Amino acid sequence: MTAIHKAGRREFLKLTAGGGAGLWLAFHLPARARAAEPAALEPDAYLRIDPSGEVTVFLAKSEMGQGTYTGMAVLVAEELEADWKRVRVVQADADPKRFGQMSTGGSRSVRQFFDPLRKTGATAREMLIAAAARKWGVDRAACRAELGAVVHPPSGRKLGYGELAAAAAREEVPRDPPLKARTDWRLVGTKVPRLDTPDKIRGRARFGIDVRVPGLRFAVVARPPVVGGKVARYDAAKAKAVPGVRHVVEVPSGVAVVADSTWAAMQGREALGAAFEGGPNGALDSAGLAKLLAEAKVEAPARSEGDVEKALAASKKRLEAVYELPLLAHATMEPMNCTAQVSAGSAELWAPTQAPTWAQSEVARALGIDEGRVKVHVTFLGGGFGRRAIPDFPVEAALVSKAAGEPVQVVWTREDDMRHDRYRPAGRNELWAGLDEKGKLLAWHHRVRTPSVGKQLFGSAARSGGHPDVLEGAIGFPYGAGAVRIEAAMPEVGLNFGWWRSVYSSQNAFPEECFIDELAAAAGKDPLAFRLDHLPAASRLRGALQLAADRAGWGKPLPAGRGRGIACHSSFGSHVAEVAEVSVEKGRPRVHRVVAAVDLGVALNPDSVEHQVEGAIVFGLSAALRGEITLAKGAVVQGNFDDYEPLRMDEMPAVEVHLVPSDEAPGGIGEPGLPPIAPAVANALFAATGKRIRRLPIGKV
Amino acid sequence: MARLTLLVNGKSHAVDVAPETPLLWVLRDTLGLTGTKFGCGIAQCGACTVLLDGDAVRSCQTSAKEAAGRRITTIEGLSEGGDHPLQKAWRAEEVPQCGYCQSGQIMSAASLLAKKPHPTDADIDEAMSGILCRCGTYNRIRRAIKAASEGRS
Repeated sequence: MTAIHKAGRREFLKLTAGGGAGLWLAFHLPARARAAEPAALEPDAYLRIDPSGEVTVFLAKSEMGQGTYTGMAVLVAEELEADWKRVRVVQADADPKRFGQMSTGGSRSVRQFFDPLRKTGATAREMLIAAAARKWGVDRAACRAELGAVVHPPSGRKLGYGELAAAAAREEVPRDPPLKARTDWRLVGTKVPRLDTPDKIRGRARFGIDVRVPGLRFAVVARPPVVGGKVARYDAAKAKAVPGVRHVVEVPSGVAVVADSTWAAMQGREALGAAFEGGPNGALDSAGLAKLLAEAKVEAPARSEGDVEKALAASKKRLEAVYELPLLAHATMEPMNCTAQVSAGSAELWAPTQAPTWAQSEVARALGIDEGRVKVHVTFLGGGFGRRAIPDFPVEAALVSKAAGEPVQVVWTREDDMRHDRYRPAGRNELWAGLDEKGKLLAWHHRVRTPSVGKQLFGSAARSGGHPDVLEGAIGFPYGAGAVRIEAAMPEVGLNFGWWRSVYSSQNAFPEECFIDELAAAAGKDPLAFRLDHLPAASRLRGALQLAADRAGWGKPLPAGRGRGIACHSSFGSHVAEVAEVSVEKGRPRVHRVVAAVDLGVALNPDSVEHQVEGAIVFGLSAALRGEITLAKGAVVQGNFDDYEPLRMDEMPAVEVHLVPSDEAPGGIGEPGLPPIAPAVANALFAATGKRIRRLPIGKV
Repeated sequence: MARLTLLVNGKSHAVDVAPETPLLWVLRDTLGLTGTKFGCGIAQCGACTVLLDGDAVRSCQTSAKEAAGRRITTIEGLSEGGDHPLQKAWRAEEVPQCGYCQSGQIMSAASLLAKKPHPTDADIDEAMSGILCRCGTYNRIRRAIKAASEGRS
C-alpha cells in the first residue's frame, strides 16, 4: 500500500524483528506523573490497584483469538498474588507515550511480556507488603502477600490490597523485585478460564463491526480490481436514489457509498455502477506471476558454508526439485471494517487492529493532523492472522468519515476483503542436495524465490539478523550437511503483500521438510531416523520429533491405503513436530489424524497452547489442501468462501497436541504449529501413494 | 420501505425497512442486535445463523418480509443468563478463540439438539459443516455438543 509512510520503517522493524531489544526499552514507562496524594497504586502503565481492591490490567495487545486478553493478566496476577476474581482487563487505546509501539504479531506477546509483566506484578506486591509492614510497625520479612491481601501471620493481621493501595503508592518502587520460583506458581502453567469466553458465547463481545456510536452511518467502498487502478466513471445519482443512501464520496481507495444501514450502502454501491481503469499490472495473471518468480535475480547467498558445488559433485546421489506455493488470502471470519468519527482537526476510531499505533500515525498523516489528535480504540478482532496489522482499513474509514462529515463504519464485504487483501506471496523454491554412499547429507542448497513483504512495505527486506525476510524458516536449516547455501531472489510484483500467519516460515518449511523426506527415501532411510541422524544433539527439534513419533505410533502398521508423514520446524522461538495420517478418497486427500509435539519452553496456559496449535494446524490444512488465490487481468479471481473454502467440520482430523516438558523461557505459540502441517501431509501422501507433492495446494491427488 | 413486525427473542419490534432487506442487517443495523455476525453474505459461512421458528437459517439469505410474524431467536435470546446447556458446555470446553463465528455455531448446535437430543458424529457433521471457523475450533465444538447432549454441561 503506497499510503504507508516509509519513515515508519525503523519503528516497525523493531516490532517485526522477533522481540528485539527495542521492545524492552519501551517497557517500563511511568503510568503518568505521580500524584502527590495518590489514591490508587499504579506501578507502571500496565497495572492499577484501586482503593476498592479492584485490580485492572491494561492490555496493550490485541485479542484476536490467541488468548492474550487473559494471558497478559495472568502474568501480572501471578506475581501480584492477586485474587483472580478481582482482576479485570481494560483494552488500552493506541498510546505510544504509555506503551511504546503497540502491535500484535510474530507470536510475540508472551515472549515479550513474560518477564516484564511478572515484574509489574512483583513490583506492586513488594510495595503493598512494604506499606502493610509500615502500618503495622512490623518487619516486612514477617509479612507475605496472598490472594489480594497482605498478611502478618505472627499477629494474624490482614489488610486487603484496596485498603493498602494509597499507602503502597507512596512506597519506594523496588528496582529489581524478586520473581516467584516456578514451583510456587498458582496461575502460570494452569488452565485459567479465558476472560473473554463468557461474552463470546452470548453475542456480547464487541468486535470492530459491532461498534455503534450515536449518529453512525454505514459505508461500503467500490474499489478498483487492479492495484493502482483509477475510477473511470460512476453514477452518484443512481446510488443516492436507493432508500437510505446519504452520500457518495470519492476517497483514494475508491468510491464510498454512505447510508443508514450496511445493506443500503451495498445496494447503493450496486446502483453506482462504478467502472475502473488502469493499474500498471492490468495484464498480470498467475502464469505471469510464476514467470516473475522464476526470472528474478538471485542475490548473494545469505548463508554459505563450505563449497556446495564441490560437495554436490562429490555426492554419490544428487537430488534436485522445484517446490511451488500459491498466493493466499487471510480470510478472517470478521471481514475488514473500521469505524471513524472525524471532525475538525481530530479523529476517533474504533478499529479491530493488530497495530493500533501504526494505524494512529497513518490516520494522522492521511488527515494531515497531529498524532495526538487521533484516538484509536481497539476492539476484539474476529481473526487477525497478520492481515489486521496493515493500517489500510483504518485510514480508509477516516477518509470516508471526513468526506461524509459523519461518523461512519466502513464494512468490507467478503468479496472486498478477499480481493483487496495483503496476500501471502506466491513462491518458487529450487533445491539441490547430495548424499554420500552411507546416506549422509553432504550438500544442501535452497534458493527461495518470492517477493519480500518488508521490501514492499518499508523499502528493505533486511531482518535483524541481516538476512532478507523471505529466508525466515530457510536460513536456519537445522540439519547437519557438509555444505550449505541459502539464497533469495525477490521479484517486485505489483500486488499488495503482507504477513500471513507464520509468514515465510511456512513457505519455507514446506519445500525444506518435503525435500528432506525425498532425501531420506533416496538414502533408503526411515524419514524419522534420517532426521534424527542429521539433527545436532542439542537441537530441541529432536525431542519434539521423538514425542510426536511415539504418540503417533510411528512405524506401527496402518489400515490399507493410509500413509503417515512427519515434518518438523522451529519458528518464533518454538519447536514443533507433526505426524499426519492420510488416505485418498475420491481423488482428494483425507487427513484422519494429526499428532503434534511442541517444545515451546514454559507454557503459560497449556490448554491455550493446545488450542493455538490445533488452530494453526487447521489454518495450515485449509491452505495446503485447497487454498489458492489466482489472478486474471491483474485482478484476484476468488471472491468468497465458495471458491476459497477453508476446512469444514466434516473434514476435521483428530488432533492431538503434546508438550515437551521444559523450563526454558517461553517461545511463541500462535504460529509455530503451522509450518510442519503441509509437509507432514505431503509426506504422508507420498507414503500412501508413492507420489510426491511439490506444489500447493494439493488439490486432487 | 414497509412497516414490518418482527418477533425477536420474545419481543415485538416494528421496523420500517425495505421488505427484501436481509434479516441479518435488520437485526444488526436497525435493532442493534450485533451478536449475529456478517461473514460472507452468500450462505457459505453460517456466521449469521439464527433460529426461525426453531429452525437454523442463514439470516443473510432470509428477507425481513419472510421473517415477519415468525419467532426469531438470536444468540442474545438463546438463554437468560448465558446458561443454555450449550453455552455451559462451550465454557467448559473453552471453545472460542476469536469468537466471531461462535454465535452461528451455537445457534446451529441449538437447533440440532432441539431436533436430535443425542446426535451422532454424522449428525453433527451434517448440522455443523456449514458453519466456518477460521480459528479451527471444530473438535472442541464437537466435544461441547456431545457434552451438552449427554447432560454433562
